[in-house]
Amino acid sequence: MTDSKSPARRIRVGCPAHNCGGRCLLIAHVENDRITRLETDDRPDVVEAPQLRACARGRSYLRRQYHPDRLTHPLRRVGLRGEGRFERISWDEALDFAANELRRVRDTYGHGALLIPYGTGSYNQTGGSGVARRLLNLFGGCLGIYNSYSWGATNIATPTVFGTLTTGNQRQDWLNSKYILMWGWNPAEMRDGTNSDFFVVVCIDPRHTPSVASLADEWVPIRPGTDVAMMSAMAYVMIEEGLVDRAFVRAACVGFDESQMPVPGAESYEDYILGRRDGVRKTPQWAEAITAVPSETIARIGREYATTKPGVLYQGYGMQRRAYGEQVVRAGCVLAAITGNVGIPGGWASGLAEQAPDGGGLWNVLPQGENPFKAQIPCFLWTEAVLRGHSMTAADGVIGAEGLTSDVKLIYCVASNMIVNQHADLNRSVAILKDEKLVETIIVQDNFLTPSGRFADLVLPACTQFETFGVGDGWKYGDEVILMPQLVPPLGETKSDYRICAEIAQRLGIGELYTEGRDERGWVEHLLGVYRERRFPDLPSLDELLESNVGVWARAVTRPAVAFADFRADPQAHPLDTPSGKIEIFSKQLYDMERPDEIPAVPKHITEWESPFGKEAQRFPLQVIGHHTLHRVHSTHDNNDWLGEAFPQRVTMSPVDAAARGICDGDLVKVWNDRGATILPCRLTPRIMPGVIDIPQGAWWSPDKQGVDRRGSVNVLTSHRHTPLAFGSAQHTIMAQAARYEDER
Amino acid sequence: MMLKKGFRFDARSCSGCKTCQVACKDKQGHGMTTRFRRVYEISGGAWVQQGASWHQNVFAYHLSMSCNHCDKPICVEVCPSRAMRQNEDGIVTVDENRCLGCGYCAFACPYGAPLLDLSSGVMTKCDLCADLLREGKSPTCVAACPMRALELEDVEDLRQTLGRGAVFPFLQPTLTEPNWYVALHPDSDRAADGQARIANREEVEPK
Repeated sequence: MTDSKSPARRIRVGCPAHNCGGRCLLIAHVENDRITRLETDDRPDVVEAPQLRACARGRSYLRRQYHPDRLTHPLRRVGLRGEGRFERISWDEALDFAANELRRVRDTYGHGALLIPYGTGSYNQTGGSGVARRLLNLFGGCLGIYNSYSWGATNIATPTVFGTLTTGNQRQDWLNSKYILMWGWNPAEMRDGTNSDFFVVVCIDPRHTPSVASLADEWVPIRPGTDVAMMSAMAYVMIEEGLVDRAFVRAACVGFDESQMPVPGAESYEDYILGRRDGVRKTPQWAEAITAVPSETIARIGREYATTKPGVLYQGYGMQRRAYGEQVVRAGCVLAAITGNVGIPGGWASGLAEQAPDGGGLWNVLPQGENPFKAQIPCFLWTEAVLRGHSMTAADGVIGAEGLTSDVKLIYCVASNMIVNQHADLNRSVAILKDEKLVETIIVQDNFLTPSGRFADLVLPACTQFETFGVGDGWKYGDEVILMPQLVPPLGETKSDYRICAEIAQRLGIGELYTEGRDERGWVEHLLGVYRERRFPDLPSLDELLESNVGVWARAVTRPAVAFADFRADPQAHPLDTPSGKIEIFSKQLYDMERPDEIPAVPKHITEWESPFGKEAQRFPLQVIGHHTLHRVHSTHDNNDWLGEAFPQRVTMSPVDAAARGICDGDLVKVWNDRGATILPCRLTPRIMPGVIDIPQGAWWSPDKQGVDRRGSVNVLTSHRHTPLAFGSAQHTIMAQAARYEDER
Repeated sequence: MMLKKGFRFDARSCSGCKTCQVACKDKQGHGMTTRFRRVYEISGGAWVQQGASWHQNVFAYHLSMSCNHCDKPICVEVCPSRAMRQNEDGIVTVDENRCLGCGYCAFACPYGAPLLDLSSGVMTKCDLCADLLREGKSPTCVAACPMRALELEDVEDLRQTLGRGAVFPFLQPTLTEPNWYVALHPDSDRAADGQARIANREEVEPK
């Protein structure tokens, strides 16, 4: 019981960098090359530089670190692709295979046939897909990808309003707000956790989330995919009741009404809201029929947000991973603008909200070099590049070139479970990958044999973050640099992602170019210099950080920066980076695309392509959402048993929907649509609105003998149809049916 | 002796994230199923459709629960082998050499604190991280809480501001006088009126 007096060294270390969006501090007890315990941040806890207390995922990390299924040596496929049969091979054989295949595919099809898919399983500079990009860029290039699975639509839509992604104030500024609308935002399960000393916090979400329970004064459940209807009706109330901040709109916006139209005679935002062109007034009653939110609630929230200033309308990202996800981003930004909440302390401009003044964290600082192959596809469209890459053009989102020259023939998947588990329409992806005539070579590099790993021809075993050197920063929020010193030797024959790529580089004749003579520690030392140069001039050296064992270096936020403060003070002197220099409620760029039904110039409610209002609802009446659970970071930690015990994978369902189907709490339930099916236990709860069921995303696809998933892998249900403007993921737009399932096993 | 410091738990701020539960397992080196600290999800409320809209009065709160090192520890009272005892500092511990593993304590405890250790056949329980307290540190669960909803504070001060936890489903603090002082969630009254249930039984019941 007196472990803390044992000879264990206590080493402060950044929590392994998966893609949770935060970055916390652990204190690892290390004894005889083994980590025996993980504590968390023990610095003084102040608002200006709060303790970075790790969540359950960080605190249970040893269950992942010492999991019996860790990969320990390279594997080569011996069965059919996807069958899951492999044989052990040596590193020499494995690395030769990788290098030879890269050469062969390059020589046969060109650099555009090589793809490193989107992957966020590791983000510590010496691990993850970034080190592989550096390798292939030095090799002569590969098909590029752009945009994000997480925030595809907002990444493109936010700048159409504000000309920038830096639309957020530093988070300490939330304390200056009097009214906070958490719209589809669930920090208690995601990140950025705060406290509820605000005047009023209202949470708008189909789920009664942990954030509602712990932060909110009021929960407003809303039908998924209908948020723009409610936002439009709030604008209607503001216009009708004279609550629009007319002075700010006049000074700082374009497109609100006919007096400020970039295209004279085009439909203004006010025209749309008042129904002058389409004949539909966007009243709270109109919105009630769409959103299922009572009209009086919509009107009241509209009044409260317009009159309780300053106020925050914080948009979560789930609602933009939907059909027409761009609209909800633009509509939220417009509400912030017409209430005059942009550019003031306690306010919030909405949108993607990287933090002022400089965009916040640098994310990846390892130099990846320039990709000599110029064509890039939206990351979400990689299956299209496999099936019909040679015919893809700007119409498919290709940038950097007129089109692609070949299909994708080699996939090198590093710290990524994207090619099977996390991409939309899983059964479709699986069918594509099984056809060895399409992708000829699949290399997967990871800690475990993930569902994606099962489809590899070559599996390369990577060590964990605790087994090599790494470094990260505070990501979207937080002004910290967090060191991840190597704690223990790599397990078995595993190597860091960086080391594996360096050894492939050696075989490709670019070893020196790749390493520049540095090992992982050497790069961390070098990259601290990059942080020092770009954001943190006072950052100590690696030796100093190791010597002091602080783990984290933080810059306190004493006066939180406010996005657009300069613009607010003088819009003429500090114009935005939009075509008009102002906040574009109406976007001429979008107008000129001439696709008003899908990409309107002012934000509009558009009925989703799968919705309760379409004929598809007759067969598939339930909306399915797949929230981010504390069990996992995307698909990482799915095999962590402590987290499985704490957060069992269940489909949650309203007792209303369950009763209609004869389903009882705890029953096995089959959920299906035309794309696939999954069978898992259910939990009935009033904490989700009727008509909506939730299957937390990221569970590892586990097909039974009939090929039906038995773990609740939501991507068997999702669609690969992309959002119209951003070519982003719309994976949350799903209709399905559910029934009680009698297990015959 | 009674405990000088007790738990202050803010049921308004607890998000149910279970970091306390998991951090405790790490500190104790537990495997699966043994949970000295568990987090209850309490929820209730109903839905009514009126025309196109749904109306609801749904509520939920979470309770983080471990041994509360009670001032009247019933586990000590019922133990036939005098293995369960309250130390000088008020911390309730089990003497593994005396314990018969009969489970009377687990049956009697309203908070599910004593657990049977299947490998040794004796009872096991939270000791308030006595080793850390001696070093002037907080118990692991307290230091872990991302929402700052769980603290260890002077009992004298706690009694000035908060009552001992009397909140569904733990409504009878007079039985054992737990050192668990709770800032109540606003919907606690509705739960006490029978409008709520434990929503996550599979996550909190002993296995």
